[in-house]
Amino acid sequence: MTTTAPRLNPRRRAEIGRAPQDTRGTWRTYVALVAFLALSAFPLYWMFVIATSTDEAVSQIPPSVVPGGELMNNLREVFTLQQVYFAASLINSFIVASVVTVSTLFFCSLAGFAFAKLRFPGRDKLMVVVILTLTVPNQLGIVALYILMGKLGWNGTLLSVIAPFLVSAFGVFYMRQFIMHSVPDELVESARMDGALTMRVYWSIVLPAIRPALAVLGLLTFVATWNEFQWPLIQLNGTEFPTSMVALSDLASGNYVIYRRVLAGAFAATVPLLVLLLLGGRQIVRGIMEGAVKS
Amino acid sequence: MAVSLTRSAPPAPAAEPAQRRAPEPESKQRNWLHRFDNKRVPYLLFSPFFLLFAVFGLFPIVFNGIVALRNWRLDDPTLTGWAGLANFERLIHDEDFWNALVNTFGIFILATVPQLLIALMLANLLNRKLRATSWWRVGVLLPYVTPVAASTLVFAVVFSRDNGMANWLLSLVGFGSQSDPLDWRAYKWSSWIAIATMVNWKWIGYNALLYLSAMQSIPKDVYEAAAVDGAGPWRQLWRITVPMIQPVLIFTVVLSTIGGLQLFNEPMLFEENPAAASGGSNGQWQTIAQLIYKVGWKDLNLGYAAAMSWALFLIILIVAALNALVTNRLGGGRR
Repeated sequence: MTTTAPRLNPRRRAEIGRAPQDTRGTWRTYVALVAFLALSAFPLYWMFVIATSTDEAVSQIPPSVVPGGELMNNLREVFTLQQVYFAASLINSFIVASVVTVSTLFFCSLAGFAFAKLRFPGRDKLMVVVILTLTVPNQLGIVALYILMGKLGWNGTLLSVIAPFLVSAFGVFYMRQFIMHSVPDELVESARMDGALTMRVYWSIVLPAIRPALAVLGLLTFVATWNEFQWPLIQLNGTEFPTSMVALSDLASGNYVIYRRVLAGAFAATVPLLVLLLLGGRQIVRGIMEGAVKS
Repeated sequence: MAVSLTRSAPPAPAAEPAQRRAPEPESKQRNWLHRFDNKRVPYLLFSPFFLLFAVFGLFPIVFNGIVALRNWRLDDPTLTGWAGLANFERLIHDEDFWNALVNTFGIFILATVPQLLIALMLANLLNRKLRATSWWRVGVLLPYVTPVAASTLVFAVVFSRDNGMANWLLSLVGFGSQSDPLDWRAYKWSSWIAIATMVNWKWIGYNALLYLSAMQSIPKDVYEAAAVDGAGPWRQLWRITVPMIQPVLIFTVVLSTIGGLQLFNEPMLFEENPAAASGGSNGQWQTIAQLIYKVGWKDLNLGYAAAMSWALFLIILIVAALNALVTNRLGGGRR
């Protein structure tokens, strides 16, 4: 990706003297980047330190920056707490994020395929509508959405935190871009010539070709859904099946908050996403760099 | 179907068009199926999106407008009926609302300006030829994948009055003292800084990646020419890079405006008792989104909360438009 641009040859660069932008990173670049990464990672590390500490270590000055040995103990406390339902909350988060991810992938790839490869009257206008919906912040209808969920009888259920996220305009847009560029028209047309119906084309030609995009959108959706806080808080606070973010805020509410316990919980709710970043980091990066603004 | 015939011959199936053009002996039923497939199925493919969006996205916002014009209390269902503009009139005289509006804008500016500037610098660093390129990019995303609920709780510990790491660091460089520590939550300015820090921390890496993607499509010979003319790296950044990634700049400005003005998670969890949703003992850092939550689900006055969210919607529209306009001017009006 980065190597396609023509580079200055070393001699020219020496002549110019001043380094142009495509220069190799100097030691200063690396120092700055390492400093930046350290700042990025520090709160997570600090979370881990406190999650593994005793109460005394938490309140110590200067702060201890070495993990203690109490992680298991703190986690056990979090998971056995009454009325926080922490274990259940992790499972719920997993269910919600998985369902939303699968549904987003399916519906958005279907719609993206239609907008990218099929011909029908009104296509371009409808695509403009999709892009416009990108700019509508759902959160602003939150009161009415709550009332709607009440009418449906879904208040306080997992359904209420799944349904509003089943599709995303961003997903449709992203899928359309990818399918337009990576599925050759000829392939689609020749399949249709051979008598394949649209769904057949989707299933046997489009889906296999867009696996990388599915991975990217899937990872981004999973992360975003797992981290959703406000709406689950409104819907699930005080119920017996919170998501992990709601359980976390419960853990932090109260007159006397035990930080090693709160952050042990925070750590437990963050680990799944760190694993995802570790496994799919490159895809996520690519998704953010390519998906957002290429229009 | 006719389209492929007008195209230049595709490589593999090129030998077949003649055969395809021949009328196919098919039953009527099959014809019907294909016509249906051509004419109707495309609409079926994207209708789930529009359907779900209409129900859970568009309808609530419109319906919100109706709720805002009515009495709608969760604790007293008998108190219904049209309220006219009463909710909005109350809004205009509501000190909590104006306080929250000021807080929201204060935090928004403290969080957005440094966020985008630092992201620009970071992208500039990442745009150089580096060893282990993707490793750096993935690392930059750590805050992005971290749940706000989790990271905010960490920052709440960092910014605590006694034994907080922020105060300890300040005392190391000579500000404040151990005996008289700064109570971050007590004042507007300090709580705003604390919350803005959390927002900045979360979004800088993400924005940097957006900028990076745009920077990589700038032809390198532009820089070469600038360097020949004697422009240093700093000048190159402001005179070449910034104007050339302007669309992305506008995009991030609009995005962070929308996000910043709806700020909810950080102020909620910075509270020592998040369930209170009060934004500090005196509402020092209560944002509008937080106030909407409080009015709606603590005070149980949904009608009034709906009016607030409509007001917020309008504010966001205005600010986003203004921002885009200004950025447009700054970025490339000249070129």
